Amino acid sequence: MFRSHILVCGGTGCTSGNSMKIYDALVDRIQKEGLEKEVHVTKTGCFGLCAYGPIMIVYPEGAFYSQVKVEDVDEIVNEHIIKGRIVTRLLYKETVGEDGTIKALNDTNFYKKQHRVALRNCGVINPEKIEEYIAYDGYEALGKVLTEMTPQDVIDVISKSGLRGRGGAGFPTGRKWQFAKNSVGDKKYVCCNADEGDPGAFMDRSILEGDPHAVIEAMAIAAYAIGSDQGYIYVRAEYPIAVQRLTIAIKQAREYGLLGKNIFGTKFCFDLDIRLGAGAFVCGEETALMTSIEGHRGEPRPRPPFPAVKGLFGKPTILNNVETYANIPQIILKGADWFASMGTEKSRGTKVFALGGKIHNTGLVEIPMGTTMREIIYDIGGGCPNGKKFKAAQTGGPSGGCIPAHLIDTPIDYDNLIAIGSMMGSGGLIVMDEDNCMVDIAKFFLEFTVDESCGKCTACRIGTKRLYEMLCKVTDGTATMEDLDKMEELCYYIKENSLCGLGQTAPNPVLSTLHYFRDEYEAHVRDKRCPAGVCKKLLRYQIVADKCKGCTLCARNCPVGAITGTVKEPHVIDPNKCIKCGVCMEKCRFGAIIKA
Amino acid sequence: MKSLEELRALREKMKSQTDNRSVAGSDETVIKVGMATCGIAAGARPVLEALLDEAEKRQLHNVSISQTGCIGMCRLEPIVEVFKDGQKYTYIYMTADKARKVIADHVVNGNPCKEYLIGEN
Repeated sequence: MFRSHILVCGGTGCTSGNSMKIYDALVDRIQKEGLEKEVHVTKTGCFGLCAYGPIMIVYPEGAFYSQVKVEDVDEIVNEHIIKGRIVTRLLYKETVGEDGTIKALNDTNFYKKQHRVALRNCGVINPEKIEEYIAYDGYEALGKVLTEMTPQDVIDVISKSGLRGRGGAGFPTGRKWQFAKNSVGDKKYVCCNADEGDPGAFMDRSILEGDPHAVIEAMAIAAYAIGSDQGYIYVRAEYPIAVQRLTIAIKQAREYGLLGKNIFGTKFCFDLDIRLGAGAFVCGEETALMTSIEGHRGEPRPRPPFPAVKGLFGKPTILNNVETYANIPQIILKGADWFASMGTEKSRGTKVFALGGKIHNTGLVEIPMGTTMREIIYDIGGGCPNGKKFKAAQTGGPSGGCIPAHLIDTPIDYDNLIAIGSMMGSGGLIVMDEDNCMVDIAKFFLEFTVDESCGKCTACRIGTKRLYEMLCKVTDGTATMEDLDKMEELCYYIKENSLCGLGQTAPNPVLSTLHYFRDEYEAHVRDKRCPAGVCKKLLRYQIVADKCKGCTLCARNCPVGAITGTVKEPHVIDPNKCIKCGVCMEKCRFGAIIKA
Repeated sequence: MKSLEELRALREKMKSQTDNRSVAGSDETVIKVGMATCGIAAGARPVLEALLDEAEKRQLHNVSISQTGCIGMCRLEPIVEVFKDGQKYTYIYMTADKARKVIADHVVNGNPCKEYLIGEN
């Protein structure tokens, strides 16, 4: 038993902030003090509050230190660990009350409304130690399934829980498993989609980094349910920490006989292998992913036949997302009713969102389905920084759409998001404020899909490219009103004729911004003006003669010599030379330069 | 892993490694050892080690053992405070052996060791 546990975040965010150096320094100091028998230093998965990393928690006090530096280690050990005095200076400021009292972490705004199911072990256990996972009820669900339940029982529980795929489309997981179980085949496969490609989404990475055994256990349960003995985890090679921890986890599970032959003394055998993705977005699409595992170029194929009938190597296969799997062991242990008690009628349970963009608390949050966008953005996320006005939130990455400010009270679930022209996607949530141009945002996502289109079908390959060119015309100010109508028509054409989900959803960012922010498009086209002041071609920097003192600072800093004027006389910008870099506006001390 | 029992045995063993990794709940017994300079000089560390060791031996999971700063009565150190069933018990002049007895009699069996309590001698 230890009197104190120091948990250092070892997720990708905090690691890039040097948390592993902090970990090493702590271990070193604790050893030097001879406290290694009393104080246990552990690295864990992601705590979620990535904006304030590197993060570290000291128990039993539950002191939540944020933005810790290597130099702070000595102070924390001297004061907190040796003398029992919490270093208030380094605490996450939300946990310190005005009178200096310390609040529990779960009482802070960021954590109060969260309900952690898929992320329950992230930030609690050491992901590189299977024993810690076991101490937190790990592999109990697999044992229960193998010794007490039939495969059909397992599928019934999952179906009854109402769990839907967390990868984006929201297909009922139990039904998917039932199809695969009913399919006849001499060999069946269980696959895990960890090819998380949406810009801004990182929940799958965090689960794999923080709780890899949950995914392994769930895949074994799925294998038992459908009658499979081999699984594959398809994970992006760009996630080195996740790959490393998965590799360790699979090795440890094999050593304990939790993967391999005759697990728990039953006839059930199951093993797992990792396949690395080479970073193509389309490989997150299920048929392309399986083609890639088979060793071919990652391109989708038409469905049907669905993977449950004819999937990997032509055999019945189930493919679920990381977050979907992370829910499974909990559902088996706590029951379908427990899971179904969370969320809304058609979307049960919780969902992890990756908050990013113009928001205070960037990070990972897990909330019950049905929580409103307002609660996520203001109560949990802390709103937009610098007092800017919230304009829209983008969900579902390049496949999703923008949710405008007037729909901020929509309860989030699969069906509501589709109804307002967006989608759940994998759960990326990018917040935009008044400084974001919606046309520019649509262009950004479309540029991404143009790059990532695999090229197999014409609608997606050429359609997205043409759509992108039209968007460029809008941001350049050369588009006509007819172009807007053409764009809309092309969007529907791409959606209806593309082979796979990538093309079918690629126009969504354009369609939703056209729908909710048509006035911004029209301002670009008709008035040749970008209301948010983002699109460079439509910008003009001007000097207000009354305010200009003729200090020459702008002229001296202009990289292209576009500003002329004599000392103590108002200066002028030559629009033909100006490259709209904005340096003059930044440098001017009198606020004399404006965007027009 | 040959059976569910084997898994459960391993879990029980591992629990003692991860105990104290949460803020103590209201049903937990909280034990605090005064470990400022005065406490350490009077021999608080062997007391703390004995408490941890005894709790692990007995597989106690609803106990949180930690240290605290100077309790204020330096001449009575080492001091151990036990918070149990809404009551606070202050043990003074503690030693490793006395600490083991507190775990056995008070924490496990619910009978405070009166002879070590403050104000009793």
